[in-house]
Amino acid sequence: MKAISHTRTWPLLPPLRRALFVALLCLAATTAASAQADNVTTESLMSMPGIIITITLLVIPLVAALFLVVVKANALFKNIQARKDTDEATCFAAYLKTLNEEQLEELNKHREHREYHLSGQELSGPFSPEDDKGLLSGINEQANIRFIEAKRHALKRPGIDPKLSRLILWFLGTATFWLVFGTSVGEYVGIKFVAPDADHLSWLSFGRLRPVHTNAVFWGWSSLAMLGLGYYVVPRVSNIQIHSLKAGWWTLVLINAAVVFGTISLMAGINNGGGEYREYIWPIQLLFGIGLIITLFNFLRTVAHRKTREIYVSNWYIIAAIMFTIVISLVAYIPYWQNGLGETVVQGYYMHQGVGMWFMLFTLGLVYYYLPQQLNKPIYSYSLGILAFWSQILFYTLIGSHHFVFSAIPWSLQTVAIVGSAGMAIPVISGTTNFLMTFKGSWHKVSGSYTLPFFLVGIIFYFTGSLQGTAEAFRSTNLIWHFTDFTVAHSHLTMYGIIAFFLWGGIYAIVPRLTGQEPPLITVGIHFWMAFVGMMFYTIPLMLGGTLRGLFWLEGGKAFIDSVVLMAPYWLWRAIGGSLMWTSHLIFAFNMYRMINPRKTVNINDTAIRQLNDGEYELVDFANEK
Amino acid sequence: MMEFFNNHKKLYLTALGLFVGLTILVAIMPAINNQNNNSPLPNAEALSEEAIQGKAVYVSNGCVACHTQQVRNIEMDKVWGRRPSIAADYADNHRTDFWRNTATLMGTERTGPDLANVGSRQPSAAWNLLHLYQPRAVVGQSIMPAYPWLFEEKDELEEGDVEITVPDEFRKGVKGKIVATEDAMHLVAYLQSLKQVDLPEAMPAPEFLYKRQPKNIADAAAGGGEDMGLDGAALYAANCQSCHQANGEGLKGAFPPLKGSPVVTDDNPELLINIVMNGYDPRPEYATMPAVGANSNLSAAEVAAIINHERTSWGNNARKVPVAEVQKIIDMLKQTAKK
Repeated sequence: MKAISHTRTWPLLPPLRRALFVALLCLAATTAASAQADNVTTESLMSMPGIIITITLLVIPLVAALFLVVVKANALFKNIQARKDTDEATCFAAYLKTLNEEQLEELNKHREHREYHLSGQELSGPFSPEDDKGLLSGINEQANIRFIEAKRHALKRPGIDPKLSRLILWFLGTATFWLVFGTSVGEYVGIKFVAPDADHLSWLSFGRLRPVHTNAVFWGWSSLAMLGLGYYVVPRVSNIQIHSLKAGWWTLVLINAAVVFGTISLMAGINNGGGEYREYIWPIQLLFGIGLIITLFNFLRTVAHRKTREIYVSNWYIIAAIMFTIVISLVAYIPYWQNGLGETVVQGYYMHQGVGMWFMLFTLGLVYYYLPQQLNKPIYSYSLGILAFWSQILFYTLIGSHHFVFSAIPWSLQTVAIVGSAGMAIPVISGTTNFLMTFKGSWHKVSGSYTLPFFLVGIIFYFTGSLQGTAEAFRSTNLIWHFTDFTVAHSHLTMYGIIAFFLWGGIYAIVPRLTGQEPPLITVGIHFWMAFVGMMFYTIPLMLGGTLRGLFWLEGGKAFIDSVVLMAPYWLWRAIGGSLMWTSHLIFAFNMYRMINPRKTVNINDTAIRQLNDGEYELVDFANEK
Repeated sequence: MMEFFNNHKKLYLTALGLFVGLTILVAIMPAINNQNNNSPLPNAEALSEEAIQGKAVYVSNGCVACHTQQVRNIEMDKVWGRRPSIAADYADNHRTDFWRNTATLMGTERTGPDLANVGSRQPSAAWNLLHLYQPRAVVGQSIMPAYPWLFEEKDELEEGDVEITVPDEFRKGVKGKIVATEDAMHLVAYLQSLKQVDLPEAMPAPEFLYKRQPKNIADAAAGGGEDMGLDGAALYAANCQSCHQANGEGLKGAFPPLKGSPVVTDDNPELLINIVMNGYDPRPEYATMPAVGANSNLSAAEVAAIINHERTSWGNNARKVPVAEVQKIIDMLKQTAKK
């Protein structure tokens, strides 16, 4: 199923990604083939992915053939056109022969008029130009070999209220801290797969640190960065000041407090009971919830007093995301439906809505603002945005239980979740189309911008990552991939490939506007490539290893520990990819520092005027000195 | 239509209404339904006081990150339990306390083995304690974290202390005696309590789906049924290796060697089969052997494959026992047990 979804993505992918996917598919195909050879009896089980992979492999030459047909047809068409043109030229020549002297002279005169040019010196005369006033500046006179392509600089924009700027920078600054902290923990936890005896301290044991990692990057990094960027977008598209800055500060403090206390309590062994992403006990998650309620109120008041007639689509997504997340948290923490399997049903709902309704919905809202802003053109289609919005609510809400396929929760509920997962193709395809069509005609801008590559990667993974989720939900694929590291790869493709990349794009887009300082282009480039390549090294081995492990279990008859041994090389690759990702975050933190920390540069004019006003210096009267 | 989209109250209330409505349908109602319409099976035992505290240790150390507790209704999960888990198996999970939610602990990741039935599969306290202290002491390739903080070092044993015998290479300079704390004992009590309960007679077990075709049935029949084509080494690895080790040498002071063991290589396999099926505890220097065969419902063919592997590996050189003979001995053992 996954393979088929990938073939659809090919026309949209850049060559690098295409090559990677082909490589992955080939690997998958060979392993599937060898597994089949090993064990004929599981053929009936193997037939499903086997057939799918075979079909995909057949599609590749078909696409190539189709491409060739188009090329050939094009050549034929040109040939016919050329013959037609020759005939027409012959006719024209015959016509010219029939003309008399007078008519020919007329034609010649006409040609002279058309070919007349100015000499270029009508205004300056014979003198060479001089530039005493310095009208041209910033000319690069030394033509060095340029190792780094110069990117377009951030545009100077009308000033933002410095108080709002400060709030946003605090959101983004603390988010950066949690990114570095959370992924340091993640990196360490990943290393423990390779070196389980790295330490023997209870506070640093795997089971305690894993939720520290997930919660820190969820509620610390992603949530704070989203809210920071949201505090810029919501008032801007409403064309009004934010309703209350104070409310923003309260949200900032409460959410940071929740992550600090949550981290400490998890490491101390105090958690809510093992449901993923709701490991914080309720008094701690309540701080987060109150922070959200305050910001919801703040944003709603801002939108209510907007100066524009329509509510821009960003504000649909952002405010809906906050409302829904408050509902999700209530459902997850209210105890009246949590006994027995009730807890599991709620867990499936909660963990997936947390991802889809909080991170995804909010981030999409941000993209609907920052992407057109960076491309300097309107979003391709408002209607597609609306379709994506409502279909996301309709389908995403249903899909939580797909984390418990084949478990003891009712079969019908599992089926609903699987159907909902398939329905997710609608919002994902309409969203992706909308973003890519917005890019259309502006692709040349990508190479000259340091923000657009982040958005582009985000869009690609929005498509592939989300549809991968659909493919994983089917019963036939769940059979192989559930419980394996394939899920871990998927969650990183989405939370990292989609959310983190979009957030970085947004951060690099606005922080230079808020502070007037740009990050060094080279370190932005290093950040981008290390994060991107690192993620590929992280996810592809895990997907491959996860598939092999699932097939190993499916085949049966061997000791479980052998499936642990089988994973060892893939876990090592994951640690290597993770290290690249982690290093890129340190570089991102450095970029944040360069953007935020004021650099002392002396502006001669301003300083001179200020010193004049200070009156400390005796004025020199140039006129009388002579 | 655009009028509607331009009114923030109408827009947001509609979106919220749709979301809340769907939430009630797919989350709250099914959750309440499951909570109210399932009760524990009649022969299910409630967790003991120790096991409840052990569960708290399990939750607090995040064991759920790597261990599931659910036997799915697919054939590949058959190794983890006799039947698929059903809603009733989880019905006795209630809110932990004022601060903490219910812990059903079904899990979503199977980095380590499923534990839904580990109490039947691996009931040995000695094995569990050593495994908690240092997993690699019993399973060389394990990547499970070690939990030395659940143990303490003592010079003299006090009454009621449970000492664990740790191989020298894993003692890491600990000179005294390594003694399990209450937390460790509780955790082991919890693990021992994780057993699949038999369904009442009237209640048919759900089926395992996606069945495998039995391997080489025709071959096995043709081959006179000596080992039914079963892989003795794999069965040994799955059922015996965590204690007796891959090299058959066991662990000094904990699990006896099978290599060169007179019990294993005896021409009469009766005692060996009895131990495999029903457990053994005659020697104080070694841990008690659980009834591996009976707990895991091993068939005569599987037992034959296992013991023949043991009798012919690591330099052991005893005759292979045919399945029919094993079947006869198992039947006889059942008869004597009934008497």
